[in-house]
Amino acid sequence: MNWQAVRAIYVYEMTRFFRTLLQSLISPVISTSLYFVVFGAAIGSRIDQVEGVAYGAFIVPGLIMLTVVTQSISNASFGIYFPKFIGTIYELLSAPVNFLEIVAGYVGAAATKSLVIGLIILGTAFFFVELRILHPVWMLSFLVLTCVSFALLGFIIGIWARNFEQLQLVPLLVVTPLVFLGGSFYSISMLPPAWQTVTLFNPVVYLISGFRWAFFEQADVPVALSLLAILGFMTLCLAAIWWIFRTGWRIRN
Amino acid sequence: MPDIVSVRDLDKTYAGGFRALKSVSLGIRQGEILALLGPNGAGKTTLISTICGITTPTSGSVEVAGHDVVRDYRAARQLIGLVPQEINLEPFEKVINTVRFSRGLFGRRRDDAHVESVLRQLSLWDKRDSKTVELSGGMKRRVLIAKALAHEPRVLFLDEPTAGVDVDFRRDMWETVRRLQADGVTIILTTHYIEEAEAIADRIGVIARGEILLVEEKDSLMRRLGRKEMRLDLHEPIAAVPDSLSGYKLQRSDEGGALIYTYDTSAERTGIARLFSDLTAAGLRLRDVQTSQSSLEEIFVDLVRDGQ
Repeated sequence: MNWQAVRAIYVYEMTRFFRTLLQSLISPVISTSLYFVVFGAAIGSRIDQVEGVAYGAFIVPGLIMLTVVTQSISNASFGIYFPKFIGTIYELLSAPVNFLEIVAGYVGAAATKSLVIGLIILGTAFFFVELRILHPVWMLSFLVLTCVSFALLGFIIGIWARNFEQLQLVPLLVVTPLVFLGGSFYSISMLPPAWQTVTLFNPVVYLISGFRWAFFEQADVPVALSLLAILGFMTLCLAAIWWIFRTGWRIRN
Repeated sequence: MPDIVSVRDLDKTYAGGFRALKSVSLGIRQGEILALLGPNGAGKTTLISTICGITTPTSGSVEVAGHDVVRDYRAARQLIGLVPQEINLEPFEKVINTVRFSRGLFGRRRDDAHVESVLRQLSLWDKRDSKTVELSGGMKRRVLIAKALAHEPRVLFLDEPTAGVDVDFRRDMWETVRRLQADGVTIILTTHYIEEAEAIADRIGVIARGEILLVEEKDSLMRRLGRKEMRLDLHEPIAAVPDSLSGYKLQRSDEGGALIYTYDTSAERTGIARLFSDLTAAGLRLRDVQTSQSSLEEIFVDLVRDGQ
């Protein structure tokens, strides 16, 4: 394992994060705070408890997931797309590194960034709502796993994309709807039975449910299933990236 | 000197069906400067990219210091530095950070003293905290070289290092290349400037249409490339070349209205001055004189034709 290379990529990517700290941090924190104000305070005050949890607190895990998922994807996809776009990818391709080291560097940095943002949003939530975390270790584990898995997905999108438009396409058309419809703002049990079944095909439901369980011990699907789903998704992404580097798809001539 | 890079029967056909390399075999000697000359689209960049791992070969093999570039890519790539043709740099990164990144990427521990020495060698130390976007074109190219040297490679590939740069920078670059050679680095550079190959190379390889046409010591090749023709238009056509001029191997042209003299520009004596006095002595009067040198393109065409 070329740890020096992993470290080099990680540090380089994190330097970019710190260079653009204001836009990297402030923007997601502000937008999430707006969600808290609108859904938590304004609308939430008119809604009763959901599954025994105050609505303002109930939406916290979903909101964190919403931001963490979109940030992981955009950080990782941009991280690998940018060298492709400006041509510096030649260096990566000619370096003595394998796909795991490249992924560890880029995805590690992208996941770290979104983890930091997720934790800051969690901290911000305490200003708006009364919040208890019943299983902090599981909460952190779900958060880390989500950051890593979606950074892996972002990495694939970054390699797949041929232009900036395509880079935005999947997050905009697929991921955001899935997260919004994945139970960020409601419990699945609130839906009509038919839609409950349909929703179970949305992988994000398992993420949000597991994450919410770590906060309130309240879940839409069994927590073990949530864990399995996220691990399965991560394995799938890793396999895809392994294939990409093996065949050189869209990166090597 | 033993070969540090051995290319054997290397073939590359791109997905679209274009065959960029046709069974290329080439040995690069340790410590030499090899210039790969060829017109645009000859396969120079594909050859370098394949050796460096950016392009996957269709068939054939490449070894660097005995390490296969596909099977044993880690060991092989650690020995190679690549300066690409295009100026590819992350615009908002500081010079020193981008050089440190390259060193780490190639598996080397951080070594600020080495990075400083590379930057000083390339006159970049004063610019170490500048963003690359703020640098001039020549400076950016130096940063690319610094990045390639950051991990102390033994073989350095320079792909068209002086394309589109001014004369001063070109001379600076040649000086840098010679210094690197003195430090024991083997250098392969591609160019389509014959003067460049002449100025710094030990050997010259000619590549065209994906084939290596020849690899030769520079001195002997320059003698071949340095041949020039002089056309002497006469006032009165002649039926035969006078015996007194037989030593010049003149050829009659335009039904005796002109004579063609071929000479070697790199030779100590071209024989021109003596030819003029002998022409006068033979009673031949000149109307006009023209000289022409076969261009590199023409030599390529000749070489390809000979190869068929």
